[in-house]
Amino acid sequence: MTGLTGTGSLVRLALRRDRVMLSVWILIFVVMAAGSASATVGLYDTAESRAQAAASINNTPSLVALYGLIYDESSAGALSMIKLGAFGGALVAVLAILLVIRHTRAEEEAGRLELVGSAVVGRHAPLAAALVVTVAANVLLGLLTALGLIGSGLSASGSFAFGLAWASIGVAFAAVAAVAAQITSGARAAIGMAMAFLGAVYVLRAIGDTAGDRGAGWLRWLSPIGWGQQVRPYQGNRWWVLLLPATFFVVLGATAHVLLARRDHGAGLLPDRPGPATAGRSLGGALGLAWRLQRGLLVGWLVAFVLLGLVFGNIATNVGSFMESPGARELIQKLGGVQGLTDAFMSTELGMMGVILSVYGIQVVLRLRSEESELRAEPVLATGVGRTSWAWSHTVIALLGTTAIIVAAGLAAGLSYAAQTGHSNDFGRVFVAAAVRLPAVWVLTGIAVAAFGFAPRAAAAGWVALVAFLLLGEFGPLFELPQSVMNVSPYAHVPRLPGAAFTATPLLWLAALAAALTAAGLVGFRRRDVAIT
Amino acid sequence: MSSQPMTAIAVSGLVKSFGRTRALDGLDLAVNTGEVHGFLGPNGSGKTTTIRILLGLLRADAGEARLLGGDPWREPTELHKRLAYVPGDVTLWPNLTGGEVIDMLGRMRGGLNRPRRNELLERFDLDPRKKGRAYSKGNKQKVGLVAALASDVELLILDEPTSGLDPLMEEVFQQCIQEERRRGRTVLLSSHILAEVEALCDRVTIIRLGRAVETGTLTQMRHLTRTSIAADLAGEPNGLSTLSGVHDLHVEGTRVRFEVDTDRLDAVLRQLTSVGVRSLVSQPPTLEELFLRHYQDDLGPSQAQAAVSS
Ligand SMILES: Nc1ncnc2c1ncn2[C@@H]1O[C@H](COP(=O)(O)OP(=O)(O)OP(=O)(O)O)[C@@H](O)[C@H]1O
Ligand SMILES: [Mg+2]
Repeated sequence: MTGLTGTGSLVRLALRRDRVMLSVWILIFVVMAAGSASATVGLYDTAESRAQAAASINNTPSLVALYGLIYDESSAGALSMIKLGAFGGALVAVLAILLVIRHTRAEEEAGRLELVGSAVVGRHAPLAAALVVTVAANVLLGLLTALGLIGSGLSASGSFAFGLAWASIGVAFAAVAAVAAQITSGARAAIGMAMAFLGAVYVLRAIGDTAGDRGAGWLRWLSPIGWGQQVRPYQGNRWWVLLLPATFFVVLGATAHVLLARRDHGAGLLPDRPGPATAGRSLGGALGLAWRLQRGLLVGWLVAFVLLGLVFGNIATNVGSFMESPGARELIQKLGGVQGLTDAFMSTELGMMGVILSVYGIQVVLRLRSEESELRAEPVLATGVGRTSWAWSHTVIALLGTTAIIVAAGLAAGLSYAAQTGHSNDFGRVFVAAAVRLPAVWVLTGIAVAAFGFAPRAAAAGWVALVAFLLLGEFGPLFELPQSVMNVSPYAHVPRLPGAAFTATPLLWLAALAAALTAAGLVGFRRRDVAIT
Repeated sequence: MSSQPMTAIAVSGLVKSFGRTRALDGLDLAVNTGEVHGFLGPNGSGKTTTIRILLGLLRADAGEARLLGGDPWREPTELHKRLAYVPGDVTLWPNLTGGEVIDMLGRMRGGLNRPRRNELLERFDLDPRKKGRAYSKGNKQKVGLVAALASDVELLILDEPTSGLDPLMEEVFQQCIQEERRRGRTVLLSSHILAEVEALCDRVTIIRLGRAVETGTLTQMRHLTRTSIAADLAGEPNGLSTLSGVHDLHVEGTRVRFEVDTDRLDAVLRQLTSVGVRSLVSQPPTLEELFLRHYQDDLGPSQAQAAVSS
């Protein structure tokens, strides 16, 4: 097939462009898996205690819906990885989707594939290259994850099964994204379509798992996430299940290539519907434009966080029943009884939500940089719109957007928690515990703004900071780093609510720091060149 | 438009470096109010860089740039309301329609002339309901043009505005600029299309390696170039080779072929008629020759190198 000419050089190009981003992503996954494994292995040291915890998970429908079932209740690996099998697999799928779209539809939309598509590179090469890169990245992710899990003390065969199950989910969604990229003509729409598919198959496996072996249990076999779980790592390792995602990949990958051959360059299979011929009232200034560009993302995050809040609020009260082992009981005592345990769980989950929410804030701010480097800022800045108000327009959406998301998630978590306990004052406790995450999130947003203002070519510093703080938080205690080092992370200063005492001082400091970083970034941007490169 | 200064754009000694590349190296540029000013030069000579400094997007390392009587770096937003800009490569937001972009940029500039907007859409044959990603290169360019031309502004800054337009649309563009000129607007037009420059521009500035090498009207500039002459004389040509301004002289008996600096034409013709002329063909320089000469020849390669590194 001459249509594949140049695939090799496109693969090399993609690897060069993405080497940093991919390494960081893969590292995050490996750390997440290994960290979760080593934490759990230490906590449940007897088969009895594990069986206890596994049984209570299997008997809690909301947990089964969120994470799935444990098939071998004595397996340390199964219990350790229950939270990450499906949930982490979905995150792997997100990475695969973004990676494929980035190198296919997004490039085409930016007009760069037209250059590529001319002589030296075949029509099918960009898609083939994107798939090669994504599959390779996922296999690498799977293998490194397996090594990390083995290092945390889990069995080797089970660890490879787990790593490959994750990789298989990524591979399957690479093919889904490849098809979506042919159907729509916009990168964002293609991402949306593939994400919607991901959401749908996650729900399918949730229904299948909660239905057990009765009735709708077969639904989990319709879901690439379900296939990943049905490999059953550490519980018999059914390697043959991996054939399902492999076949799925081949069929969908081939379909994407067939669709590609049938459509015009730059167009999708779905026609673009014509839009309004005139601009609505709101589209008249920097803020109106920024809102128009950012609102879809905000809605997606709001929905996801409300769901997360509902689930966490709902399962928190069950946590006590997982912990019947002597070691765990000791831990419960240390934390101040079952109430203390529930609070600690809630606090950990809300802390995690705060870290994840920082991703949104950074993402929104970095839109400034892509608008600038893709030359869309220039015509706007050549009108009456000033530099500061342009930069502020996206920044304020990041600040208020993170606020809205955490408020919504806090409301959802508070309501579902209070509904479980029946104490109305629990609502307020949980809501405040969610809200205190905000200043630290703003600090990360502020770092992104400052990087954009002073070092536009290093605007990704926000991501670097996020990963660094995450690693500090995860591994600082493990390596017994001095507190002064761990205090570099803004998340270290957030009061551990609910449970701990509420102190306003660190929150005010964080907010002040965020304000200073943001203001500095805005000033920096006013004084520098608008840079294309 | 009450108290307009005589010069809409006044640039002197402008210097801008990107790392080790010296994009502008002491550029001078003056655009009078009410004229259409052509801004020409080979690729990478610094046209876009100049325009981006004039828009306050880049900060000059040295030199002065004044725009509509103000400083584009210090007070950009006030100045921007009085001008409209079309980049050479209009990039649109994939999800916004052309009509939305036109209206939005117009409002950001402080308002847009709606009847004129609709008339321009008609004349440029542009569908405003398409999404940004669905426009072809030329149609994207038209979105930028309509957005700029539909605003009532004093100054238009156009950076290769017609790249990608078909000949029919090029014609419409030229008509529009003529109308703008009649309305008293000032236009700075960077272009590689010589026919466009010849049809539209009152004066032109040619830049090379970040420096203005020539400025003036096209007629004045023609005088600075050579006319080719082929003549059949009544007798042997005498003294032609010693006249200054004569180049590439070929003599075959009574026939002569040579090129002459246009401002020396008079003296050379006198010399010819003193011998007697049987026939004469004179070719004025074409615009292409005019520009090619400025683009290539007044600096030798070694001098050019020195100019870059100095
Ligand atoms: N952001 C930048 N970073 C580094 N170098 C730059 C940058 N912008 C321009 N240059 C360099 O400055 C010089 C002038 O570029 P400029 O874009 O102004 O040329 P131009 O006259 O507009 O060319 P063209 O006719 O191709 O549009 C070139 O050598 C270019 O490579
Ligand atoms: Mg240019």
